[in-house]
Amino acid sequence: MELERPLPQPITPEAKPYWDGLREQKLMLPRCRACRRAFFYPRVVCPHCHASDIEWFQASGRGKLFSFEIGYQTFNKAFKVKPPFVLAMIELEEGPRMMSNLIGIEPDPKKIRCDMPVEVVFEKQSDEITLPLFRPAGGAR
Amino acid sequence: MKELRNSVCIVGAEESDELGTLPHKSQLTLHVEAVRNAVRDAGLKISDVDGIFTAGQHSPATIGEALGIVPRYVDGTTVGGCSFIIMVGHALVALHHGLCDVAVVCHGESGRSQVGVTPRRDTAIPGQYEAPFGFGGASTMFGMITTRHMHEHGTTLEQWAQVAVSTRQWAALNPKAKKREPITIADVLNSRPVCYPFNLLNICLVTDAGGAVVLTRADRAKDCAKKPVYVRGAGEATEHVSLTQMKNLTFSEATKKSGAKAFAMAGVGHKDFNHIMLYDAFTSGPPIMLESLGFCKSGEGVTFFEQGRSTPGGSLPINTNGGGLSYTHSGMYGIFPIIEATRQLRGDCGARQVPKCNVSLVNGMGGMLSAAGTLVLSNER
Repeated sequence: MELERPLPQPITPEAKPYWDGLREQKLMLPRCRACRRAFFYPRVVCPHCHASDIEWFQASGRGKLFSFEIGYQTFNKAFKVKPPFVLAMIELEEGPRMMSNLIGIEPDPKKIRCDMPVEVVFEKQSDEITLPLFRPAGGAR
Repeated sequence: MKELRNSVCIVGAEESDELGTLPHKSQLTLHVEAVRNAVRDAGLKISDVDGIFTAGQHSPATIGEALGIVPRYVDGTTVGGCSFIIMVGHALVALHHGLCDVAVVCHGESGRSQVGVTPRRDTAIPGQYEAPFGFGGASTMFGMITTRHMHEHGTTLEQWAQVAVSTRQWAALNPKAKKREPITIADVLNSRPVCYPFNLLNICLVTDAGGAVVLTRADRAKDCAKKPVYVRGAGEATEHVSLTQMKNLTFSEATKKSGAKAFAMAGVGHKDFNHIMLYDAFTSGPPIMLESLGFCKSGEGVTFFEQGRSTPGGSLPINTNGGGLSYTHSGMYGIFPIIEATRQLRGDCGARQVPKCNVSLVNGMGGMLSAAGTLVLSNER
């Protein structure tokens, strides 16, 4: 199977629970046991309170489109998704922001708005890697 | 901090022999040319240089070796394109304390032709969390800040376009600028869409270029060839690398902190400047920098780029070399606004000379407003 996207190489050890979760269609996030705040990307010291007691939990997969761009060309040779495509910054319900793609909507700036509710969609890329993409909440329209 | 004010001067400033598309020159050649030219501009010799400050793919050791000198002070702080602006502040401290006597802050990059360039490798964070979604390079990043700014503050594509129009008016007056033909807002809006909200004319050039400035203590500056430009204040800060980690996506905390530090060291306020250089990798950058520096409220930075303010003949000229948008942008642009501010303060700018230019602000970003460097420069003590 020809890969459509550049996949992570390597997966870093501190991020293993995140990638393991995605393979099981779960969006797992790290959370600090001291201040109870979630964060992303995974790391070993809490970026909010600097404690080192980190746990993992399953996020709701809901959030909002914090900001977006529309790619009219390919910016990365290994990325084979046909333009135009929507580059998305998602703010998860639990607080952290992450980059993704918004799918299930026409890539038209007039139809996409910041703060629109979105939900995660899991897209399997290989036996090892599943990526979290997002679509407008309530399913594709 | 105040004892640093005016203790050091920029005494030399020059680019490489050529700027633009230069497949016949390596990155190292561009870099060495720039150092040689800036040292010559100062009326000094390469053998006088004992401090090397550079960022990017060349370490200070590489430049020392290429020049055949043994510097006794080196700094390779690499935090993006503003690194050179930050390093003027580092050179200020090193010179002030006598850790070196003649510092060169220098840059060379074959950004367009990629001659003698080390391929970039993805690090763990963009490789895992950004590249799989099609992100690749600055033009797929800075739009996030820009789209959100439009949502929160009601800024428009037409207003960003005005930044490109104003900057091009300056480029028309600079013989070294790559793009000099006048453009209109409609030209920007109708240029090729690259990555919404940016069309081609919202995005900086990609060129091959080098640049360098030479600094020495004020007492020694008197003996140099050109009128000294005093470093009144310098600031720096970093906030994030990945945009997902930027706390307020439409306001740069790093820029705010960097500016406040430079203004305090210099003992100046916003109204004291009559010339401004802002790192313009994208049209939305300069307005957001003005907001983060406290020149105006969020959403109002674009008003500085209206006809008659930032443009030639305007009340507050901005990016008078034609900027990264129209003059040159090799990848790490930060050395070039320092060179232009130095030339304006010397009164050497010919058709684009800002009248009575005596206090200039240079503010740059590294990455996506990730790092910031600020300088307050003046031709008076």
